[in-house]
Amino acid sequence: MEMIAVWLKIDEGQVVQALQEAAEKLDSLEGEVALDFSAVRRIDAKALRALEEFATIAGGKDVRVVLRGVNIGVYKVLKLAKLGSKFSFVS
Amino acid sequence: MATGEAVQERVQVPVAAEGLSEERIATLENLVSQARTAAAVFTQFTQEDVDRIVKAMVLAGLEQAQPLARLAVEETRLGVMEDKVIKNMVATEFVYNYIKDKRSVGVIREFPERNLAEVAEPIGVIFSITPITNPTSTVLFKCIMAVKTRNAVIFSPHPNAWRCCSEAVRIMYETAVKHGAPEGVFACLESHSLQDNAYLMHHKDVSLIDATGGPGAVKAAYSSGKPALGVGPGNTPVYLEKTAELGTAVTDIVLSKTFDNGTICASEQTLVIDDEIYDVVLKKFADLGTHICNEKEAELLARTVIDPKTGFMQPLAVGQKAADIARFAGLSVKAGTKLLIAPIQGVGREHPLSVEKLFPVLAVYRAKSVDEALKVCIDVNHAGGLGHTAVIFSRNEEVIRRFSEVINAGRILVNSPGSVGAVGGVYNDLPPTFSFGCGTGGGNSTTDNVSIYHYLNIKRVARRTQAHMWFRVPNQIYFNLNAVENVHQFPSRSTIIITNPALERFGHVDIVRRYIPEGTHVHVTVIPDAEPEVKVVMQGVQELNFYKADQIIALGGGSVIDAAKIMKLKYESPEADLEELAAPFLDLRKRVIQYPTEKVTRARLIAIATTSGTGSEVTPFAVLTDKERGRKVTLADYSLTPDVAIVDPQFVMSMPKGLTADTGIDCLTHALEAAVSSFASAYTDSNAMQAIRMVFKYLPIAYEHPGDEEARSMMHNASCIAAMAFANASVGVNHALAHAFGARFGVAHGRANALMLSHVIAYNASVPMKFLPSPYQKGYLAHKKYATIADLLGLGGHTIEEKVNNLVAATERLLDQLGFPRSIAELGISKEEFERAMPDLIKIAFEDPSWRSNPRMPLMSELADLFWKAYQGRGLADVAETPQPQASEQNV
Repeated sequence: MEMIAVWLKIDEGQVVQALQEAAEKLDSLEGEVALDFSAVRRIDAKALRALEEFATIAGGKDVRVVLRGVNIGVYKVLKLAKLGSKFSFVS
Repeated sequence: MATGEAVQERVQVPVAAEGLSEERIATLENLVSQARTAAAVFTQFTQEDVDRIVKAMVLAGLEQAQPLARLAVEETRLGVMEDKVIKNMVATEFVYNYIKDKRSVGVIREFPERNLAEVAEPIGVIFSITPITNPTSTVLFKCIMAVKTRNAVIFSPHPNAWRCCSEAVRIMYETAVKHGAPEGVFACLESHSLQDNAYLMHHKDVSLIDATGGPGAVKAAYSSGKPALGVGPGNTPVYLEKTAELGTAVTDIVLSKTFDNGTICASEQTLVIDDEIYDVVLKKFADLGTHICNEKEAELLARTVIDPKTGFMQPLAVGQKAADIARFAGLSVKAGTKLLIAPIQGVGREHPLSVEKLFPVLAVYRAKSVDEALKVCIDVNHAGGLGHTAVIFSRNEEVIRRFSEVINAGRILVNSPGSVGAVGGVYNDLPPTFSFGCGTGGGNSTTDNVSIYHYLNIKRVARRTQAHMWFRVPNQIYFNLNAVENVHQFPSRSTIIITNPALERFGHVDIVRRYIPEGTHVHVTVIPDAEPEVKVVMQGVQELNFYKADQIIALGGGSVIDAAKIMKLKYESPEADLEELAAPFLDLRKRVIQYPTEKVTRARLIAIATTSGTGSEVTPFAVLTDKERGRKVTLADYSLTPDVAIVDPQFVMSMPKGLTADTGIDCLTHALEAAVSSFASAYTDSNAMQAIRMVFKYLPIAYEHPGDEEARSMMHNASCIAAMAFANASVGVNHALAHAFGARFGVAHGRANALMLSHVIAYNASVPMKFLPSPYQKGYLAHKKYATIADLLGLGGHTIEEKVNNLVAATERLLDQLGFPRSIAELGISKEEFERAMPDLIKIAFEDPSWRSNPRMPLMSELADLFWKAYQGRGLADVAETPQPQASEQNV
């Protein structure tokens, strides 16, 4: 199967919106989607929920979600929210 | 770098879902999920973030203090609206005042002098049960604490206080979120059910249960298996002692017991009054609007407010006005009566009013003495009040002290009201709270006023401390030929020379006497040439006392000097218990038994060494033989170190060859063991290394040419220099082995050391099976230090391994040169005999304190291995067969 990777840059103030847009593209993807979180210093509850939903949709379509550049504070939030296992992390 | 997540959930506590519909479970799960998300998001907040939110919440709480109080009274029908306003204000303003400058994020406290820092870690999701008695104030308090500490809370209010509590939660939540707190940070169950509570108490994502309420809620919290703060009932005894300021005391008690109609669990329950002031006090109570019940009225009252079946207060009476309670009980009281006082004659089921009463009824007891008063207070304390609160009014510090010692209460309030005093921050400096920890007496884990610190996991960041080390030697050391002349410097009225028969015969005593200042009374005490016995030491002490000696000159080898050290100790401190002083210890600075510092007299100790090996003239050690008990006692303390050491080679010129070899190798062993000791420092290293060089160079000469003055002088100095190293860095496993073996087979100490030496070097140079804690060292350095020694000796080699091998070989050559037997077998000890002795040898060697500073911790099997290597003989040591440690960060 051909792997088609998509790279999306996420802005801190637009996390929910960016994830919604990315979710719409999931149908056309195979393989994995990489979300660049390097510009996200903090994540709020809404973004966290959006991220969880995105992971669920991606999982349903067998698309691996890779988070790139997640800072250590956000990484800890994902762990505490029990979402860490839903993603792969790339520095 | 990709990070795979290892999912290692805690073992899940079975969720008590019985009786809950799937829909209800989904609702509760959603609540927990939101709280968990909020708590996770909260971890990103800074101190400034939470302080800003807390301030806004406090202002909102103050703004709403009155509406919330009104709502609480309307809904619960308990308490006094005006007092509940005060409670709400204390829960916001006073709590804020206490926490506003306290750190709760990141590093919260630092102790630079201890290299410690405390770092806050939020708890996560807290499930909180709130009471009917203090509903809104408790919610305000807990919300503020939770935000300050970045936690999320799910509230379960008392069913009869749900409306006011949920309103308080709403106000706090909306304010917090408006000012940036994560959504979902607070939630309030929309109805109260025991099933909901059970489900949440057992939920894996609930990290802490904070239950403030009745005994049932508290017990459920503690039974959940979760960390819990459970704060339940109390039974506050109050002792009004005759020296108290009565006007203040009575006012405080009335104020406290009527505050919010007595609903605070810290309020006064039984007042114990000294007989002498009893009538005056009751009069004062009456003057302030208290009705004093007679015996009949007290009985009626008890029947009304206490449930005869359970022995506990009637819930319907809780928080009611005194006048209403009186009416229910059929008592006739004046209008405006605010408190009912009922005399009791004892505490317990037969005295129903001696239990907790969360309404304005106060039991009172007339005590004939302080002891009786304290006894009754203890009884009240044990009748449901353990760990909670107690009050004393007194100006007698001794009585206050006794009260605080015998009463088990987390808060012992002195000359201040119970309820408002226990809350903290008003009458005293206790942290303001609406949760009183009751310690183990109340089934709690804390006796504190619950505060922000109980809503945090406090992580201690303990940095490695650089413990102080030391280098302690005699004040004055004189060395080289005729150094003994320096004895003349020390004025004395009465000097005792302690020596052995041989030295007296050789005329050494006369040499010393020559330099003692004229006019000094000199007495010579000759002791046997053997390790000193208790009896010998005590005889010596008698002579010191008889001659009122102010100076002791120890002229001899290790035995004589050791004897003199112990004589001086017992002479100066007759109460010193030698047995006790010999108690084992791991760290000199932390030892249990301290040497005496108070002395009845003082005497200077001058040690003149006549052998070149033990170095006792500069060490803090002394060995004593207790023949009666068949054991040796090793004393170690720097107070034993002689004041003056004299290292004059003229006293060693006549040492026989065997003694020269034995003592010389003892000196080498001291230096080698000190060099690799876990207590080694740059100060001891310099001495140890120098001594090793001197031994390798001069010991063979002194052995072969006993008359060589330079060699004798250098070996005498080497002995003293090595001793300064091991006096401060101690020795190692070589000495432990030699002590055990020497004692068992009657082999001289130096000879026993020699048999072990090359094997121990190889052993220490290899990777330890077990490391010893050694905070003074940076990594495992023994092999490197041996390599450095090999370099100093010019032994060659390129790698550490080669250098260590060369050192082993050089040591073995030196031993051969000095005519030492190559093996234990050569001493004529059969293999069978040695095998039989092995269990004892291992046991004794392992008990020997010498190895405590060895660089590697000897396992018993390793001790056996070393003994067997020594039995088989040198030339077999093979460091190459054991891997070398990897290079550590720091070179020698």
